[in-house]
Amino acid sequence: MATENDGGLEFHPLDQFIVKPLFSDGPVHWYTVTNVTLWLAIALVAITALFVFGSRGRAIVPSRTQSIGEVLYGFTYKMVEDVAGKDAVKFFPYIFTLFMFILFSNYLGLLPMSFATTSHIAVTAVLALAVFFTVTILGFVKNGTGFLKLFWVSSAPLALRPILAIIELISYFVRPVSHSIRLGGNIMAGHAVMKVFAGFAAIAAISPVAVLSITAIYGLEMLVAGVQAYVFTILTVVYLRDALHPAH
Amino acid sequence: MEGDIAQLGQFIGAGLAGIGSGAAAIGVGHVAGNFLAGALRNPSAAGGQTATLFIGIAFAEALGIFSFLIALLLMFAV
Repeated sequence: MATENDGGLEFHPLDQFIVKPLFSDGPVHWYTVTNVTLWLAIALVAITALFVFGSRGRAIVPSRTQSIGEVLYGFTYKMVEDVAGKDAVKFFPYIFTLFMFILFSNYLGLLPMSFATTSHIAVTAVLALAVFFTVTILGFVKNGTGFLKLFWVSSAPLALRPILAIIELISYFVRPVSHSIRLGGNIMAGHAVMKVFAGFAAIAAISPVAVLSITAIYGLEMLVAGVQAYVFTILTVVYLRDALHPAH
Repeated sequence: MEGDIAQLGQFIGAGLAGIGSGAAAIGVGHVAGNFLAGALRNPSAAGGQTATLFIGIAFAEALGIFSFLIALLLMFAV
């Protein structure tokens, strides 16, 4: 559709999500260095730099870098403690890693000419499946078969419980799907909307309106990037709470 | 001709899937509106419930994203 030029868009709004090899034009293998690899690596380097330089001073009165690190750390720590309880704090490093990685990937994806790695369901599905398997295995290790109480709603009337068990079971297995598609879909939709408006900007009559709209949508996307990282993390914490305390 | 009819079906289907986004918007509005209504009655309890608010919004929103995904699949993958 990108080549058709019969009054349609000049470029395709989803072209920005194409995975390209960085150094050659050949096919993409699992070991090929692509633009996704580059931006995943940049996210890792940025996170490492923030915390290495942030914690270097260990000042009582924190520098700007240190206070950013402290705010993010404290925010996530409080979230884990409030939602999942004291005994979930030993999983805090995993939760914090997830949160920082998604937050940085989302914001780096918003830079012009960059690549939004979290818009790919392949990336978010790996994150969501990792959470799903961690939580399921953890639930069985911690509670044994008692983990199955999660599906047996003891507060409901006895006749309703088998039906509720089926619904709970289905909703449990839909978790990784919705968990990954929520993040990937939100980021993909936001970036596609921006490109659609960028296409409108080529039409002279409405280009001022379109440029203003892109600015407004960019502001909205800044909010969405933060909120989606937060939502992914807090759902992980909620699933973790279910695994640690499965009884309703 | 048959290809045209199939493409017509794809476009109609993608447009219909867009209704799902509107339905999700209603859902998110319900969550946020009811939160605000409750928060104005008891502002001191509202601060502790923002996590619940975001979880509720996320669950309502996910289904809208599914319909967006269906539209994308119809347009580009089928």
